[in-house]
Amino acid sequence: MAPTDIIDTLAGIEPGSALDAIRARRIQARENAQKSYLSLFEPVDTGDFSLAERAAVAAFVTGLHGESPVATFYREKLAANADGARLLEAIDAEIARGRTSGPYGSYPAGPLSVENTAGLIYRVSAASKSALGIRLVAALEHAHLLVFRPRDAASADMKALLAAGWSDTGIVTFSQLVAFLSFQVRVVSGLRTLAAANA
Amino acid sequence: MSATVNPPVVFTQDELGWVSWIEPLPEAELTERHYAGLVDRARAKSEYFRLLVRDPEVLEARTKTDKDIFYNVADGLPRAERELAAAATSRYNGCIYCASVHARFASTYSKRRDDVQRLLDEGVKADLGERWNAVVKASVALAATPIAFGPDNIEELRRAGLDDAEIVDVINGAAFFNWANRLMLSLGEPST
Repeated sequence: MAPTDIIDTLAGIEPGSALDAIRARRIQARENAQKSYLSLFEPVDTGDFSLAERAAVAAFVTGLHGESPVATFYREKLAANADGARLLEAIDAEIARGRTSGPYGSYPAGPLSVENTAGLIYRVSAASKSALGIRLVAALEHAHLLVFRPRDAASADMKALLAAGWSDTGIVTFSQLVAFLSFQVRVVSGLRTLAAANA
Repeated sequence: MSATVNPPVVFTQDELGWVSWIEPLPEAELTERHYAGLVDRARAKSEYFRLLVRDPEVLEARTKTDKDIFYNVADGLPRAERELAAAATSRYNGCIYCASVHARFASTYSKRRDDVQRLLDEGVKADLGERWNAVVKASVALAATPIAFGPDNIEELRRAGLDDAEIVDVINGAAFFNWANRLMLSLGEPST
């Protein structure tokens, strides 16, 4: 039996279905989206970004996108972690505080400034800080920036992560994880919508 | 980084540079594991890829996903419209660097440089004709958070003549640029 493809599972694509056949025409994309998932959540090296941190950030990022099979999947992944139950409570509270609509933010000063759009500048609540710890507090605030207002990102945001104990390599993997989930949740949503239109 | 940055202040089809805010790996320190992650050895010359290669496994998988979504044109959507989905997503998310690259590709493959420029100048509401409007609108709906892509987008793409395989290419191309934009925007900045 072929190993489980996460996007197929979350999008409800059955072997032999029309969408399965279409996805098979992009077999490299399908296999490497799966490999991206595996390299982020079953990595060869967790020294710069622990599995518990990955699961917590993933639950937060997908939760910010609203209820979906993807959000449920990553909540369960976090809950299954040794440190999960304690983190899950804080993550759920922060998802509720962080939900808004994006993208918004500012452009470099100039002709595009007329398109600047204000919105929530999210910060972790005082109540969640001790449960999350300094690294995850910085990670959640940065993840929220990437999800809703990526055009606001600045060099100072990198410095904030470094100051919270993130290494250069950890920041790269963390950025990939948030950005990959932004892709995965959209592929799943798009494919589910297309499947429903055909039902 | 020491390079002088002159950030572009408008969307453009010109070639831009990109400067990292954190340390890329020095070329001299790259191992075979890193070169596998780069996929194309020539990417060792790029600051962006020498930064991402700090995690070679995810870079390799991401690069191969990218190449199949955009370059595998044996069937499905024409290359120009995959690039249009990438450019529209980047315009909407506000990634001036990604928009420059993929607007340029969209122009090259479509020969509709002026229409592509209107997408950059006027934004994602620019009227580019039924088929391109449907692709841009679907890409934008998919990029919104919460995701706004729905049955209306599918219907509009079908009315514009896209079949399901082509619609999947729009979904893949637009979704992928929600990955790419967030890396380019958060790890460094473009420079003219």
